[in-house]
Amino acid sequence: MRKFRNYGWDDKLFYIVSYFLTCVIFVVVLYPFLFVLSASFSSADAIFSGKVVLWPVDITLDGYKTVLHNTNILTGFLNSVLYTVTGTMINLVMTMTAAYCLSRDDVPGARIILFLFTFTMFFGGNMITNYMLIRSLGFLDKIWAIIIPGAISAYNLIIARTFIQSNIPRDLFEAAVMDGCSDIKYYVRIVLPLSKPVASVLVLFYAVGHWNSYFNPMIYLNTRSKFSMPLILKEILISNQIDPSTVTDPELQMRLASLAISIQYALIIVTLVPVIAIYPFIQKHFTKGIMLGSIKG
Amino acid sequence: MAYKKHLLKKMKARWQIYLLLLLPVLYLVIFCYVPMFGQIIAFKDYNISDGIWGSKWVGLANFRTFFESYQFEQVLRNTLVLSIYGFLAGFPIPIALALILNALPGRRFKKLVQGTAFIPYFISTVVMVGLVLKILNNRSGLYGAVLMALTGRTPMDLFSKGSLFKHIYVWSGVWQSMGYNTVVYTAALAGVDESLHDAARIDRANRFQRLLHVDWPAIKPTVVIMMILSLGHIMSVGLDKALLMQNNINLAHSEIISTYVYKIGLASGLGNFSLSTAISIFNAVINLIMLFLANTISKKVTENSIF
Repeated sequence: MRKFRNYGWDDKLFYIVSYFLTCVIFVVVLYPFLFVLSASFSSADAIFSGKVVLWPVDITLDGYKTVLHNTNILTGFLNSVLYTVTGTMINLVMTMTAAYCLSRDDVPGARIILFLFTFTMFFGGNMITNYMLIRSLGFLDKIWAIIIPGAISAYNLIIARTFIQSNIPRDLFEAAVMDGCSDIKYYVRIVLPLSKPVASVLVLFYAVGHWNSYFNPMIYLNTRSKFSMPLILKEILISNQIDPSTVTDPELQMRLASLAISIQYALIIVTLVPVIAIYPFIQKHFTKGIMLGSIKG
Repeated sequence: MAYKKHLLKKMKARWQIYLLLLLPVLYLVIFCYVPMFGQIIAFKDYNISDGIWGSKWVGLANFRTFFESYQFEQVLRNTLVLSIYGFLAGFPIPIALALILNALPGRRFKKLVQGTAFIPYFISTVVMVGLVLKILNNRSGLYGAVLMALTGRTPMDLFSKGSLFKHIYVWSGVWQSMGYNTVVYTAALAGVDESLHDAARIDRANRFQRLLHVDWPAIKPTVVIMMILSLGHIMSVGLDKALLMQNNINLAHSEIISTYVYKIGLASGLGNFSLSTAISIFNAVINLIMLFLANTISKKVTENSIF
């Protein structure tokens, strides 16, 4: 690599402008997070008087304490974990099974079924007809309404099918059949273990989708004890409502009104921590997943 | 006859595959195709006691009701403003970012910026909207704090003016998806043949000229395909985000087709399923027309197309 001063003036200008723009984007993306982090540790007075710009002012942990002492948030968190884990498991089993079956070229009808799946990427029901279906199945206000619709996304199915077709050699299948391996056994013993890379991509796509899902839980769930995290977050962050009776600590309950802003900032940080913590792991797989999808699509 | 027998034998041999396919196909029929065909209620006057089949046909009456309603023009305009503005702002920036990042020499810095720009994508819409509301708050947010420091007084409340809704909506969207949308282009740029750059260097092309004449042509097919795909979704403005960002003040600017469908279909006590389905069909049809239009034009102009 050449030294910077050896570049021509035109290249120098180009690099300076490029570095500048990149730094601007870097700051624009990162700064809001830093601000929220600082505000979450600052007192409500400092926040309202505009003293918090980059560093925490008048450091306090009240916001975090209230978040941890709120029963609603805890319930919402546990519900979200439940919906995400069970929902993703259903997604994974259904999608991998369909992908394996449709990757076989010796099954009459497989092409038609694949076409019918692909078709749903362009045409589908709408929120009203989906709601009517869920209602007539008796799924309203039940966990099934959250975890079953969307069990197979056509996009993910195609990713998985492409992976199986291009990464598992046909010779393996022929050898397995020679040894008297049945179709199901071949799927469970050979295809599934060899599909771990694509399965992890699917798990991440599906799990993030479940974890962040807002609209379906909102229209399908009525009972508060079944609410998922995004529904609780909506009340606290956007509608600015915190029910005092859900705060278990009496001292914090008394000061709730003045704490509202600290709670909101602390809550944003608390919900971001899991994402940031698994982020380095996720990022690699997501990039791979986007690429797997775009090769075919 | 012989063929039929042969086919039956082939299917019998694969019975385990059909067994495995049973649940996925059942899912496909019930959860994808039943709601899809259920949309015929757009052409009926649906009521719950008669059911989908029993309700009487009304032809295009529901569509006419929508076109003639005073809301029609407003929701259509808002949807178009948000989608076209969102496309114009959100589409070129990731391409520019990918080209610039690719041109920078240091790998470490590049990775750092790329990784950071990716984070907002994983934030849920609810937290995202909460974040925007907090940060842009004129008293307790970053916007308030900075302007207070500069001018010494509390600045204007950004959420009290409906006409600002589109800017907040679009630019927070750019902020959230910029890094994610860069990935596809970065990958396409990684495939550029280094010998092309060497050849251009020998011809004394500077880095910017190489960006224009080597890098850009290399990602152009990807850009075209991404463009067709986003035009095919141009009317699918994020329902969750619009719904969460709505308040009584900005409603005239923030009511879009999908939120309107939600309101007359599910949120209000009226539950006019037929009318709201008709409106969402109207939306889907425009999306499809845009998809075909973009595809045809790009086939003619750039010889790239998705079908």
